[in-house]
Order: sequence, then C-alpha cells, then structure tokens
Amino acid sequence: MSSQPNPERLVYLDHSATTPVRPEVLAAMLPYFANKFGNASSVHRWGYEARQAINDAREKVASLIEASPNEILFTSGGTESDNLAIRGVAHSRKAKGKHLITSQIEHHAVLHTFEALQKEGFEVTFVPCDKYGLIDPDDIKRAIRKDTILISIMHGQNEVGTIEPIKDIGAIAREHGVLFHTDAVQSAGKVPIDVRDMNIDLLTVSSHKIYGPKGVGALYVRKGVRLVPQVTGGAQERRMRAGTENVPGIVGFGEACRLAKADLPEESQRLANLRDKLIQGILDKIPDVVLNGHPTLRLPHNVNVSVKYLEGESILLNLDRMGVAASSGSACTSGSLEPSHVLLAMGLSHETAHGSLRFTLGRSNTEEDIDYVLEVLPPIVEKLRSMSPLGPGSGL
Amino acid sequence: MYNDKVMDHFFNPRNVGEIENPDGVGQVGNPICGDMMRITLKVKDNRIEDIKFRTFGCGAAIATSSMVTELVKGLTLEEALEVSNKHVAEALGGLPPQKLHCSNLAADAVRAAIKDYYERQGIDVDIEVGHDEHGH
Repeated sequence: MSSQPNPERLVYLDHSATTPVRPEVLAAMLPYFANKFGNASSVHRWGYEARQAINDAREKVASLIEASPNEILFTSGGTESDNLAIRGVAHSRKAKGKHLITSQIEHHAVLHTFEALQKEGFEVTFVPCDKYGLIDPDDIKRAIRKDTILISIMHGQNEVGTIEPIKDIGAIAREHGVLFHTDAVQSAGKVPIDVRDMNIDLLTVSSHKIYGPKGVGALYVRKGVRLVPQVTGGAQERRMRAGTENVPGIVGFGEACRLAKADLPEESQRLANLRDKLIQGILDKIPDVVLNGHPTLRLPHNVNVSVKYLEGESILLNLDRMGVAASSGSACTSGSLEPSHVLLAMGLSHETAHGSLRFTLGRSNTEEDIDYVLEVLPPIVEKLRSMSPLGPGSGL
Repeated sequence: MYNDKVMDHFFNPRNVGEIENPDGVGQVGNPICGDMMRITLKVKDNRIEDIKFRTFGCGAAIATSSMVTELVKGLTLEEALEVSNKHVAEALGGLPPQKLHCSNLAADAVRAAIKDYYERQGIDVDIEVGHDEHGH
C-alpha cells in the first residue's frame, strides 16, 4: 500500500493485532538460536541446557496467571491453544455428552473450531451478548444441559474490549460439573488473572500480543483435566502436544510474561488513562460517533468507535497516510462481505458496523500520540463525509 | 494492497459533489453492503457535459467513482453506456481481486443516471443497470 512518505509522526495503535518484541525479550532469545541450540529431549549438556530454559519459561508463564508450571503446555500460539482446549476436551469427554456452549462474539479461532465440531455431531449453543458486548452468566446457566461437557467464553473481547464475567461463568460451570475454557489472548498481561480464583479449567495465552515473539503460545490445563492431543508424535509437553519445542520462542514468551506481570499494575493504569483521553477526545471533537463496547468493563488498551456515514477502510487509508495504524470491523477489512460478527451480535446496524474503528494502545504510546490522533482524525472524517451521500439529512 | 493510481484517485478524487438541478441521477449499492454511489449529471447535445459523484465506501469504491467520472465526461450517452465496471478497473491499473465484485459499481451508477435522464426526457430505451452487480 502506498503511504505518505513523511508523516509528521508515526503512531502504532494496533497492539491487539500484534506487538513489537521487547528488547529484553529479544536479548533473552538470541543465545537459543545458534549457541544454545540443543533439543530439549536429548540426553547431553546441549539438551539439558534447552530443557532448563523451557522449565524457567514455564514458571514465568504460570506465574502470570497464578498457575503451577506443570499446568502449562506450550503451543504454536493462541489459535492452536484454542483448538487444543476445545477439540481436546470435546474428544476426551464425548462419552459423557455432546453438548458444548460458547458465545456469538468469540474469536474465529474458537468460533470456527466449534463449527467444525458441529459437523462431527456435537451440538453447540452460541449464547448472545448485550449491546455492550457483555455476556450474561444467567444465559450460560440456562443453556446448560445434562449432556453439556464444555463452556468456552473469552475473557477480554478482542474487537470491542469488553471484559466478560468469567469468574461467575466459571463458578456456574464448576457447580454443574462442566469444564470451562477461556481465551485470554487479549486480557493476559493487561488485567490480573488468577486461574484458581476465577474457576478456570483451561486458558489460552499468546506471546506476540504481550511483546513476545510470534509463533508461540500456551494453554493452561488445570491439574486433572484430560485432553485428547491434537498433534501426535513425540512425547513432548507431557504427550499433549508433540513436536520439538520452539526453544527461542518459548524463552522469549517466558520473559515477556515476566515483564508483563512486573509492569501490569502501573502500565494498565497508564493505558486506561490514554484510552479514556482518546475516547473522550473523539466523542467531543467528531459529531455522530458512538462508542462500541462497555464504558467501564473494558480492557485498558481498547478504543472502538463507529463513525456514522463512513466506511472504515476509507478512514484507515487516510490514517495510514498520516502515520497512524488502526483497524476496522468493516466488511472491506474483514476479508468477507459481512462486517464484524461481534458488532452485529451487539445489535449494531450493518452501516454502523462498516464505520467501526479500533485503536489499541500499547507500551510505546504517549499523551502526544493521542493528541496527534485527535488532531488528524477530525479533518479526515470531515473530508470523507463531504464525499458521502449519507448524512444526518439523508434519511439513511 | 492498492496501486498508486487507485490511491491517487482515492486521495485526490475528481468531480466530487452533487450537481444542482441535474438532468439525471443514478444511485447504486446500499449502505448495508458497505458501498453506495450517487451520480448526478448534466447532458448537453447528447453528451455528458458535467458529472459529479458522492460515495460511501472503501478505497476502491471511491477510486472507481472518481475514475468513471473522468472516463465518461464529454462522451455521448451511447459511448458512456459502453463503459463497464471492468473498464473502470482496467483504467485504474487493476484492483485487488476481492474488490472487483463488491466495490466496483461506478459504471452501474453512470448507467443508472443515463437511464434516469432518458426517463425524464420521455425517451424509451432499454438500459440494464448492474448486470454484473454484486449479489449480496
């Protein structure tokens, strides 16, 4: 895509898509490519060295979510962790029942996995959400049947930032003897997670959303929960996930988790302040804009608004020219003909969903970045609206 | 994703706006699908004397609208009716494949405006609008 050669400032506000690897993380990884290259399964000093590095990383990942190290399985990322949790439980408990519960607003890694299980003969209930993207635990309770074996509800919604009441949902699941999985890819490292306190049986985390490398993630599996492995081969990861371990990736992920935990209280507050400044600034400066997602039960780094009478991609192209990276739930950016399934499930009209803009904040962002966005966005909206056949008077 | 020509028409669109007291108006697409174009035109001596557009849509939707106004301005109505969505995409040096079917409606909007012109004149001409339109 051709961009303006020299924007005044570069502002990356797409941290929910991916984050840069932190320098400390990169430094921790580097020795494990060429110097400490051993296979952790080997019985020699090269192997022991790799094994020790994986063990250290496992402790750091476990610590971020208050789990035990032996409850952490390393995978290739969030998508694989979601697949392993959902298919692994469904296949291991199918003798007990064939009913599964999830929501309409899950990430595609969860949603499409459940749809695939429907084709295998499982029955799935997709519970709705309210206009803020919030799932009602009572809806989960009502959906539970005698043959329900798994509930999967995400923690922090990736598009609109709504934080779901997973502790309550976990309690309901436990009370009914149903396993509970949560996709915490967007919330881990952003808000505190305690898997025991929150009644979680399985939890997905991804490395590259928290300043670690891409291609690595983890699944927390509570002690005693059985899974059918989805990748078969060697005996790695307690026979739950075969394949030679991605040692540099795992080391980087561990370090990213350690840093995320150390920074969490302060960084979350800082991001929430920037988030609120950006939301308020957009609502004050641009007419006919609505906030998507919950006003308070919200990830500290997520801003999502709909700019009425405009389509999201046209705004993104203009923002990119000014050096600002964001995303949209419009059909044009979703790669399909339909706008975001999340925004539609929240009851937004197609038109309003097409005009959605997501800004996701991160470590590099400053007050000045927010000021810059608030300076460049209003004229972009004004220009595009002057070209649009839609408007307050158009009746559309 | 888009080539430089598309980006030029997107960032510097030609003939944006709405003609007062137009001789023909054409509107295609709808906001539910994410694309809507409105063309207004002035006709003199059977030629498109002036043409303007307003578009709700993505980069491709705006760029194709701009390009079609350049392509048909000054043409006779018969010549303008020959301009297809495919010609518009070619004139832009191509569009990403996923945009060819959903955001490439500009020639349909021109045909709809010419059809409206003929109707206003009481001229009976059979013009098909949107034969290659998106079906969603």
